[in-house]
Amino acid sequence: MSEKRRIHLAAHIPGVNNTTIWSAPDAGSQIDFESFEHFSANAEKGLFDYLFLAEGLRLREHKGRLHDLDVAGRPSTLAILSAIAGITDHIGLVGTLSSTFNEPFELAKQLASLDHLSGGRAGWNVVTSSDAFHGANFRRGGYLDFAERYERAAEFVSVAKELWNAGVDAPVSHHGKHFDVEGDFPVPVSPQRHPVVVQAGDSADGRSFAAQHAEVIFSRHSEFDAARAFYDDVKGRLGQWGREEDSLKILPASTFVLGDTAADAAEKARETALAQVSPQTAIAFVEQIWGKDLSAYDPDGPLPDIEPATDVTVTRGRVRHENPAAVAKAWREKADAEKLSIRDLVIALSGRHSFIGTASQIADEIDRAVQERATDGFVIVGATNPHGLDDFVAEVIPELQERGSYRTSYDEGATLRENLDLPPLVPGSTSLVRTPVGAAQ
Amino acid sequence: MSDHLRIATALGASGWHPGAAGLDRAFALATWRELIGTAEGAGIDFVTIEDSFVRRDAGHLDALLIASAVAPSTSRIGLVPTVTTAHTEPFHVATGLQTLDHASRGRGGWRVQIGDARAEAPLFGRRDPDALPLGDLLDEAGDVIEVARLLWDSWQDDAVIRDVETGRYFDRDRIHGAHFNGRFFGVEGASIVPRPPQGQLPVTVLAHAAPVYELAARHADVVYVTPSDDGSAAALLGEVRDAEHRVRRTGESLRVYADLLVLLGDSAASARDELARLDEAAGAPLASDALVVATTADDLVNRIAAWHALGYAGFRLRPARLPEDLVRIGRDVLPLLDAAGLHGAGDETGTLRTRLGLPEAPNRYTDSQKKEAVA
Repeated sequence: MSEKRRIHLAAHIPGVNNTTIWSAPDAGSQIDFESFEHFSANAEKGLFDYLFLAEGLRLREHKGRLHDLDVAGRPSTLAILSAIAGITDHIGLVGTLSSTFNEPFELAKQLASLDHLSGGRAGWNVVTSSDAFHGANFRRGGYLDFAERYERAAEFVSVAKELWNAGVDAPVSHHGKHFDVEGDFPVPVSPQRHPVVVQAGDSADGRSFAAQHAEVIFSRHSEFDAARAFYDDVKGRLGQWGREEDSLKILPASTFVLGDTAADAAEKARETALAQVSPQTAIAFVEQIWGKDLSAYDPDGPLPDIEPATDVTVTRGRVRHENPAAVAKAWREKADAEKLSIRDLVIALSGRHSFIGTASQIADEIDRAVQERATDGFVIVGATNPHGLDDFVAEVIPELQERGSYRTSYDEGATLRENLDLPPLVPGSTSLVRTPVGAAQ
Repeated sequence: MSDHLRIATALGASGWHPGAAGLDRAFALATWRELIGTAEGAGIDFVTIEDSFVRRDAGHLDALLIASAVAPSTSRIGLVPTVTTAHTEPFHVATGLQTLDHASRGRGGWRVQIGDARAEAPLFGRRDPDALPLGDLLDEAGDVIEVARLLWDSWQDDAVIRDVETGRYFDRDRIHGAHFNGRFFGVEGASIVPRPPQGQLPVTVLAHAAPVYELAARHADVVYVTPSDDGSAAALLGEVRDAEHRVRRTGESLRVYADLLVLLGDSAASARDELARLDEAAGAPLASDALVVATTADDLVNRIAAWHALGYAGFRLRPARLPEDLVRIGRDVLPLLDAAGLHGAGDETGTLRTRLGLPEAPNRYTDSQKKEAVA
């Protein structure tokens, strides 16, 4: 019998979306260190490969004012990960850090420092974020067009790797389109040499970037068929870079609702969705597409009969929809066909949970997805902070361990790269590319 | 308590004498925990941590991240990393320090430094090193501090309301954008981090000349100066007060700390011998901006007491050797100061502001609302 594939799980600190329920009785502070203490202790108890924290660069706005319906306020990524390094021993520490509103020299210095202080547990989710709204908080300011974003990100990562490779032993001299870096790096080579690079983009450019530069993809395709299609596509791109299937781990974001029975879980899923989509949130969600104030509409009534405004962005600080008219049309059709109110529709569109069931059912689904190569694991996000993963750790993790596909203890002294069962880096290389196909041997 | 003087130590990846051996395992968290834990155990009020983008000696780690990593294993000592202003992002600087204050539950501070801006420019490639006049760099540092203070106040303490009735998590009237547009950069929005436990982190600056005294007088809570003898100790205090007057500082006056580079021995002779040995190892006599004090703990305490009487609120001691001189400061100097009634016994809890004798920091926005309500 062949050995089972090992499941890789990451614990996502609930972020500033409506999926994080702030009205729940156990909802704690988004910022007090106590919340991070609980979250990280529980995640380490659950033997997760890493914990993950998204980045905030500006508070979101809706209709020209701060968006006040969702949780808001969070720590600066690097400082909090470093503080968490001080209270954990094994778990990886991965944060989102923008390649647009940072400079490679400083970020490389900070990530190398985090890797030292955590004993080799640092990871970096590289994102590009290039709109003028966020830019208004930064020296660089402004806008970068889509193609240039990945170009800048790729050069950013490669400069960072040059600096990490050099450590304090040799000066770096890089002169490229986006960056000029000349001089000595102040941090010695760190335990992992390069913190693990995570990437989340889903476009063709994003996938291609990941195939060359990333060791983990934080994907959005958690549903089995979509996950497997994504897995096949991205892992299929690795060959041309001489990389093996296991040198890149794909971990889709996923949510869960745990119940004592399937019926109990289904009922809780409905309650969770209602708490995530308040009446006000439902209206705001639709306003994003309609591009106008819909506060006069009844969230328990039908969608507005007026047409969406074209080319209006009412929500700033998150991804915008490209074609409001087409989206509105599709929503109308769905609402009419299923007789859904505004709130019901928003729940149907946004309130879907990846896993709903008993601990045993959820463990079966996770195990199957990994064994059948739809994914290498999942990034699990709970619905409340900081207790949202408590039940998952107490009930689902033991089920996964019983199935023989999840660790029962951390390897002592393992780095994040080792937690993830990723191959060691090629010594001295800034690239993950091993033996490029067609290259002279 | 305000009569008590405060003792800080300035830590880096090695002692302040270039001839001293570097810190063993200077890049491991355990080493920093032990160092700062030793300082805390001895009752030292706060540590500053050196940083730069330029490589020095065998290298060093990011000071803000060292302070953050050590925050959970300490509970009383203030953590004051150096964070520079010329090549960093003001928004990240402010929110990083704010996060340190949350993680340390109100023990964060900031040692502001322009940095070796010209030498660092080629590492970033976005500013011409020949077009960075000191006046501009100081003005820019002032702007960075101003923006940080705006961002630290940007959330009122009661901004999060969790009002289920209206579906609102926070009250948007209690969160305020920075709307800062200066000569060097702009920051438009509010902080992403809610107000730090201290409201405002103590801001500290090392200064050697009038323009920097003025920067401190405009923006800081603590200034470190470097007197070379009793005469200059008195003169420098006067210079700081003059600078405060010139910039029309209002409210609390600057807390003035004297920096001393300290090498301690069981006898004055053994301290001097050790200094000579280190000078020889370094190949040159120790050159420092701060007065080099190679002596006994008793002698050092006498000098501290005398300068405290002049008006110095505290002293920042730079250990010549690490960890030896830090250990001696904690073991020999602090107990003498405590016994003389010059320093608290080291069991104080609370925020760094409290330790420094700074009043609670009002929020500028809360204040203005109160004023409106009164008017």
